[in-house]
Amino acid sequence: MLRYISRRLLLTIPLLVGISLVSFLMMHMAPGGPIGAGTDMNPKATAESRARLQAYYGLDQPLHVQYGRWLGRMATLDFGDSFSPDGRPVAEKIRERIPITLTINVLSMGLIFLVAIPVGVYSAVRRGSLFDRVSTVAVFIGFAIPTFWLALLMMILFGVKLGWLPISGISSLDYGSLGPLGKLADRAHHLVLPLLLLGFGGLAGMSRYMRSNMLEVIRQDYVATARAKGLPEGTVVFRHAMRNALLPVITILGLSVPDLLGGSVIFETIFAIPGLGQLFYQGVMSRDYPLIMGILTIGAFLTLLGNLLADAGYALADPRIRQG
Amino acid sequence: MREPLRRAGFPSIALFLLLAACGGGKPESAGKGTAVPDVPAYGDAIVEGSIGDVSGFLTAVTSDAASHEAAGYVFNGLVRYDKNLKLEGELAESWEISPDEKKITFHLRKGVKWHDGAPLTSDDVMFTYRRMIDPRTPTAYRESFLQVLRAANPDPHTFVVEYGRPYAPALESWGMHILPRHLLEKFPDISKSPLNKKPVGTGPFRFVEWKTGEKVAFEVNPDYFEGKPYIARVITRVIPDQATMFLELKAGGVDVMNLTPPQYTRQTETAEFRKSFNKYKYTGSQYTYLGFRLSHPWFKDVRVRQAIAHAADKKALIDGVLLGLGQEATGPYKPGTWAFNPGVRKYPHDPGRAKALLAEAGWKEKDGDGVLKKDGQRFEFTVMTNAGNEARAKTAAILQQNLAEVGIAMKIRTVEWAAFINEFIDKRKFDAIILGWNTSPDPDQYEIWHSSKTGPKELNHVGYANAEVDRLLDDGRSTFDLEKRKKAYFRIQEILAEEQPYVFLYVPESLPVVHNRFRGIEPAPAGISHNFIKWYAPKALQKHQIQP
Repeated sequence: MLRYISRRLLLTIPLLVGISLVSFLMMHMAPGGPIGAGTDMNPKATAESRARLQAYYGLDQPLHVQYGRWLGRMATLDFGDSFSPDGRPVAEKIRERIPITLTINVLSMGLIFLVAIPVGVYSAVRRGSLFDRVSTVAVFIGFAIPTFWLALLMMILFGVKLGWLPISGISSLDYGSLGPLGKLADRAHHLVLPLLLLGFGGLAGMSRYMRSNMLEVIRQDYVATARAKGLPEGTVVFRHAMRNALLPVITILGLSVPDLLGGSVIFETIFAIPGLGQLFYQGVMSRDYPLIMGILTIGAFLTLLGNLLADAGYALADPRIRQG
Repeated sequence: MREPLRRAGFPSIALFLLLAACGGGKPESAGKGTAVPDVPAYGDAIVEGSIGDVSGFLTAVTSDAASHEAAGYVFNGLVRYDKNLKLEGELAESWEISPDEKKITFHLRKGVKWHDGAPLTSDDVMFTYRRMIDPRTPTAYRESFLQVLRAANPDPHTFVVEYGRPYAPALESWGMHILPRHLLEKFPDISKSPLNKKPVGTGPFRFVEWKTGEKVAFEVNPDYFEGKPYIARVITRVIPDQATMFLELKAGGVDVMNLTPPQYTRQTETAEFRKSFNKYKYTGSQYTYLGFRLSHPWFKDVRVRQAIAHAADKKALIDGVLLGLGQEATGPYKPGTWAFNPGVRKYPHDPGRAKALLAEAGWKEKDGDGVLKKDGQRFEFTVMTNAGNEARAKTAAILQQNLAEVGIAMKIRTVEWAAFINEFIDKRKFDAIILGWNTSPDPDQYEIWHSSKTGPKELNHVGYANAEVDRLLDDGRSTFDLEKRKKAYFRIQEILAEEQPYVFLYVPESLPVVHNRFRGIEPAPAGISHNFIKWYAPKALQKHQIQP
């Protein structure tokens, strides 16, 4: 097992380099460049100041030199400085966005699992029942409704009309003067709407997945055997069927690891959440190369890590794979 | 002024409060019903909504509206535009221009202090100038400082610059924020200095905190040299979505924002809204145009361009795109400013006249398919604009219909901003474009109309060349005499109106809204923010209990 994991880990290095090279080339193929945001269509910017800015950011060097420099820095885990006017280190910019994005994603994923698994299991066990049909329609409505539209409706209802919940942002203006508990309550207050929305939108996938897994398992001989042995229905469903139906969920969990740090741009924009999604979008729009590369590299690493975790987790949970 | 003629409406550029960009207006709905003594009082906080985050506080190295707006609370320049868009002294008490117009002598205000207590002197001005021309400073605004031949500060309150030739736009370039030498000297690259994140200036407000992507907060500077502002705190919240921001406004989370035309005309016309807010309306400092690539064989012919100007229904554009909140553009200057010439040739919507002009140019309907032809070619072209700008997309759609009426088939293509600029504008790979310019208070538009400015990345992208305009552009920028300048720019507008290298379409209104507990707002051609330090909330109406 250890050998397997360490071999997989070593393999990620060439993979990461390959991914970064492709990202780097794609990024440079996109029209425009980092200095465009400040100088395009700006009558005050002359050819001379443009050339100086190009040199300032090292963009006057050939592509392979630029990539080499970036790779050299990455080897020491230095993400470099952002090309945006604040010139802050990319690592710092990413780090300050991680807590809020991670919190929202972990909580919403927890929420989704908490609701979707029981819904999926119950729908499968009572296939074709009223509950099955109603929950199917409900989760698909959640899946199909455009988030931005539902978000606005909920903001109007809970924020403007009822005044129960804050509309956007992640903290109140007096956040700084609150005590630790007050801060927690304030944050929670701000997260209710975003989480509800994310949860509602994400239910469909997970609950349908759970339902079909469960249906698959319930048809298996060993479930029939368990029933034939006279085991109570609860034991059959939860001990014998559900446990096996949960196995593929481990894969999903593993594959969700990169999503934990991936923010949705539309979602963050609507709720004015300063998360990674917005940071990445702004980075792309302003061609902030070091920032784009930094976020892509982290994303690639997490994806590879997630795959590895999923495989390892699967092996741990399923003796057949472990022995094979 | 630090950001002249920027493109209008690019989504990642903060629209923010275009308050400083307007011309004569009055509150649409006056705050009423509250029997509160209208006495200026200190205190309260004002929350502004901004769609973009600040990217840094040193305006020399930033170029987005949100950053410039935020920095404006903290820093001052030597000069600034007053409420009537005329230059006045800010850190400079006065200035003199030498008889040969090559030398400007600024006399600094005495007793001005940086927020950390250090006095402001001409050393700081000299330092700022040196940093502007320093190659290590990543600035796009170097050019006008490179024109300086000599700079000197003979005493702590005098600063003298000498130019090689009279250069009128030089004066407004001294609106550049003056930087504190004692805090920045040890940083060769000012963009990497802590001051870019935690500014220390001389302005009416002091920096408190910047939470990236979330908000920026300022507190009153009680020692401000023009008097202590009434409002104790200014908070700028980043809310990237216009619809969300509007809901925040209604829910009390935001006090000031810019409305869209539908919000202005439809969503705010309720008694409830009027109870809490005052809406304002001014001529915006921008215009939208249809530009032609003038080397295109069809658009070379001035009659064709004039025909398209007659075919374009500007009234329908203003009604359709801006819901009536705009006015027809007749040239590249803001109506009502000193350089604006109201007497130029106009092109009323007249499809008949358009058809006649096209026929004169050889374009005739031959086979009854509704499209004009000449030498076997159909009059078909593509207009391009940047994606994500709803107003321009609508403009294109209406123009398409207008032109179809006179037998011209116009196709529309939208492309992402950077790709549009780099692949199409810069390479001159377009037939026609719909774009906009922000108009600077200084009328020098050398970069846009001079025939020498047609190279790659240069801004005369339509390729306009007129010897008289070239000469007038030179005349206009090489004297400080307003009457002489006015004459030059009036004539330029006459020629442009005649030749229509652009069909000037419309000038939108700026539509700010402010919570009506704030009083003392004085609308002027420059907008409403010019007297921001005089805004106040009467004691009884103050919402945030802040001890100033």
